[in-house]
Amino acid sequence: MSQAEQAQVSRSVRNAWYLSTPALLILLVGAVGPLMIVLVYSFLLPGKYGNVEWGFSLDGWRGILFTKDIFDDTLVLADAHLTIFWRSIKLSLLTTVFTFLVGFPTAWFIATRTPKSRPIWLFLITIPFWTNLLIRTYAINEVIRTEGLLNTILMKLGLITTPLQIIYTDVAVFIGMVYVYLPLMVLPLFAAIDRFDMRLLEAGYDLYASRLQVLRRIILPIVKPGLIAGSILVFVPSLGAYVTPRVLGGGKQMMIGNFIELQFGQGRNWPLGAALSMLLLIVVTIALLVYVRYANREDANV
Amino acid sequence: MNAQNAVEARNTVKAFGQGDAQVRALNDVSVEIRKGEFFTLLGPSGCGKTTLLRLIAGFEMPTSGTILLDGQDITYLPPNKRPVNTVFQSYALFPHLTVAQNIAFGLQMLDKPAAEVKSTTEKMLALVKLEAMAGRKTSQLSGGQQQRVALARALAPQPKVLLLDEPLSALDLKLRKEMQIELKRLQTETGITFVFVTHDQEEALTMSDRIGVMSAGKLQQVGTAKDIYTRPVNRFVASFIGETNFLTATTEAGGARLATGDLIEVAGTTPGQRVTVAFRPEQVRLVTAGEAGAIPATITNLVYFGTDTHCHVALNDGTEVVARLQNPSTGDAGLAIGQTLALRFAPGAAQVVED
Repeated sequence: MSQAEQAQVSRSVRNAWYLSTPALLILLVGAVGPLMIVLVYSFLLPGKYGNVEWGFSLDGWRGILFTKDIFDDTLVLADAHLTIFWRSIKLSLLTTVFTFLVGFPTAWFIATRTPKSRPIWLFLITIPFWTNLLIRTYAINEVIRTEGLLNTILMKLGLITTPLQIIYTDVAVFIGMVYVYLPLMVLPLFAAIDRFDMRLLEAGYDLYASRLQVLRRIILPIVKPGLIAGSILVFVPSLGAYVTPRVLGGGKQMMIGNFIELQFGQGRNWPLGAALSMLLLIVVTIALLVYVRYANREDANV
Repeated sequence: MNAQNAVEARNTVKAFGQGDAQVRALNDVSVEIRKGEFFTLLGPSGCGKTTLLRLIAGFEMPTSGTILLDGQDITYLPPNKRPVNTVFQSYALFPHLTVAQNIAFGLQMLDKPAAEVKSTTEKMLALVKLEAMAGRKTSQLSGGQQQRVALARALAPQPKVLLLDEPLSALDLKLRKEMQIELKRLQTETGITFVFVTHDQEEALTMSDRIGVMSAGKLQQVGTAKDIYTRPVNRFVASFIGETNFLTATTEAGGARLATGDLIEVAGTTPGQRVTVAFRPEQVRLVTAGEAGAIPATITNLVYFGTDTHCHVALNDGTEVVARLQNPSTGDAGLAIGQTLALRFAPGAAQVVED
């Protein structure tokens, strides 16, 4: 490489850094900074009226799994916390699986439309993003609540005599999350299916594969990057969902997000809230690492 | 039904679209492809040759007509139930699988025992000389190698018929020539019936046992390369395969009279009809002007092609004719633009063709 070439390369590298400086600054101030504060808070003592008191303590972290017995101060396993964790994980996994089951045919449908009509379908998928999440969630509430649209119609049709109790159950939270996160599954799947060479389907049928085998052995392995991206985009925010379980799960069907919020509000236990936040971050990171590695290894074995 | 036929299409019609916009990609095509032969469907793009291939593969169903494989009606059988494999124009190799996995795919789908899948895959890798590439992803291969994987993958399940949809069109000239020889070798070694689709007449002439020439959804002529080249049935076949001169003439006893007044000897005609007379450039001989029975002409252009020269001449009424002359090994043919001379044909060269 000549000197002039070298100079040009180093100049373009320098320019790239200059261009990304604003974004890096925002990340530093907006993400890394607060995260550090949360990490520090998780090792402090709770203040009486919220906030924290400066003093090292592991109570925040201990509080994730244990509570102090009110009478003798012994540590007992906090069943209520475990229920919340389990509900969060269960609902997030169910949401991910279900958005895939519904989202895959949808994405396939859009990707196989004519190039002219495809933008219209994609546009329809993005319409929900135009409205505030809270309002959309209340709209779902309106549909499924006891005197809501669904129950009214079912009762008018004579299909049921007493209204279905959906609202304020796990089912309600599940319905809400599938609705909210479905586009996040459809869009990356669409991108992957759009790149999929449809001629491979004929090659598969030609080589004696049934429709199911074509789906399992050809389509799914090839669109897997889209499936992985979609699953991450759905699973991660599902795990930390706040608005949906709050509005549709009532006060009782809490998920981790609501539980954390509780610590910073009524609970007045900021260190516990901070520790829970860090835990969520760690769990998500590990889950993603394992998932991505597993997905890639499977790829090599096919 | 002839037991010698691997594939037979009977009165197949394939129409696309509805009503006035309906297009007949295949218009009443019947063809018999014999067992073990290298059969080529030749024609310009849009002539229906790929549609016919897709009907045999099962990717399309005919609007009417029947497709038989080994004497059995397979017209409405789905492609995964037909013992027929295809080499696609785009190769359509599975990008997530290795070369060996691609080749093994069909065998696995047929639920062959693992040991057989392995041994057949190895045999196929050897057949197309890709043993060293077995573990590679197909995207890491060159165009010619991908082509060979596609061939091996389609041959591995030992189909009754192998369909090849313009498989060489993406390769450069040199590779194409190599693959032509390779394909012919594979066909001879495996003994499988090949149905090869191409728009390249040279490819068709050099590889095929028999050729079916197609145009506008119809099969124009079926025959050996020699049949088709020397006895084209109509103007389309004559012009699509090789180069041909066409002259309009009126038949009379003993031949056909051109507009210039000269008489060309053609056989088997009824007098008094306007016909098209066709002859190949290499069948034209140039003789000195004024020779008895020869047609006077003037050289308008000379195009040098190495081994031979194309000599464009104009007849007295301005009609252009091309003559191909082999270049002498030494010296010069002694031709010049503007020179006047006369044309003569090899006996039996000129023939009347349908328009």
